[in-house]
Amino acid sequence: MGANEYVVRTKELCKEFTMGDQVLRALDGVHLDVFRGEYISIMGPSGSGKSTLFNMIGGLDRPTAGSVFINDVDMAQLDAHELAYLRCRTIGYIFQTFNLIPVMTALENVTLPMVFAGVPTDDSVEKGINLLELVGLGERLHHKPSELSGGQQQRVAIARALANEPAIVLADEPTGNLDLKTGKEIILLLKHLNAEQGVTVISATHDLKMIDVSDRVVWIRDGKIERIEDRSEIELRVGELEGVEQ
Amino acid sequence: MSRTAGQAVVGRQIQLPLRKAFAISLESIRIRFWRSVITAGGIFLGIAFLVSVLTTSLVQQHLPGTMDAAAQAAAKNRQIWLVIMSLVVCTVGITNSMLMSVTERFKEIGTMKCLGALDIFVVELFLLESGVLGIVASFAGWLAGFGSIWLLAMGSHGWAVAGSIRIVQILTTLGIGIGTGMVLTVIATIPPAIRAAKMPPAMALRTEI
Repeated sequence: MGANEYVVRTKELCKEFTMGDQVLRALDGVHLDVFRGEYISIMGPSGSGKSTLFNMIGGLDRPTAGSVFINDVDMAQLDAHELAYLRCRTIGYIFQTFNLIPVMTALENVTLPMVFAGVPTDDSVEKGINLLELVGLGERLHHKPSELSGGQQQRVAIARALANEPAIVLADEPTGNLDLKTGKEIILLLKHLNAEQGVTVISATHDLKMIDVSDRVVWIRDGKIERIEDRSEIELRVGELEGVEQ
Repeated sequence: MSRTAGQAVVGRQIQLPLRKAFAISLESIRIRFWRSVITAGGIFLGIAFLVSVLTTSLVQQHLPGTMDAAAQAAAKNRQIWLVIMSLVVCTVGITNSMLMSVTERFKEIGTMKCLGALDIFVVELFLLESGVLGIVASFAGWLAGFGSIWLLAMGSHGWAVAGSIRIVQILTTLGIGIGTGMVLTVIATIPPAIRAAKMPPAMALRTEI
């Protein structure tokens, strides 16, 4: 292990947003180390900073201070090409609103990252079909997102996130727009992929159903990490919704 | 499948083959067909007017002289002013259309960047889309502009005048029509596209239309 033990590390991560003459500290000195292959959930109420943390780790926005290291590479040192490469090959993204390209079919959506990666068309189509079958959508290859249900769209998004065999899958509220049953299916799918393929899953969520499948849970509030718990340490009791000790 | 054990150096190889870019752009036009028609309509009208003015002066060259030099110069200046104004109006219209188109797709653009698209790919996709509309609309505008004036000339003065316009002059109007249309389309597309391409993905994805 050694240097390869951590796939993501953040050091003193800060992010401030200026609204008019007010400064909002969304992240205030966040220090987080994510092990390779683990399933970690970042949990907190709305406005706690979990989406901001998600954006920092995913390279979707630049921090005001502090650093993010992916595979020991400082994201701030990367130029536009290298950042694009990282987003294409190393990280897969899943969003609350699915974010599929509406003009493309499911198969085209899944193969798009492979196009950017330079994979030949035949190979990418074959791989796309395999991925869609893996997530249970083998029958819906040529449907556009408008012809798919929310759960199906999220499955396409998961297949797309895995297209280039990333080291990390980042999920921002993956079950936010889904009903209870579909949300459970998606969570189980993510856990299955994490177990089978060894891809690290980092999810930012306030869906408590995610706790069960996580190896560790990071509780975040007001831009700071409150505590990090192993799954074995967590007792789920009704009435303790935010994990606040009583 | 094997996981890469940890890359100390990040690669740089990202590409968007032109054929694929074209396919995406054409599909975008097809999906937003009526919006595309309106954008193209702006170009069509401007170029039709430009070409009709050019053709009118071509026809007048072959008519027996009816105006003295000063009146001709004044008429020409008026025409130039009219053409410039109409082209400005058209460009404003196309820019507005392209701005709307780009703003509607902030989320799509942000998503593409998450999949690894470079800023230049985004600009490329929008340029291809508006370029296709530009060529089609410019050609249609030329047909309308040239055709209508030529038919009028045929009607009023007969083949003697209408037929004496040389092929090379006709092709020149075609060239000017399509060239102007393409230049205006590019000028109208680039600023909105560049602005959208440069947005950080987090901001682009946060947009709610």
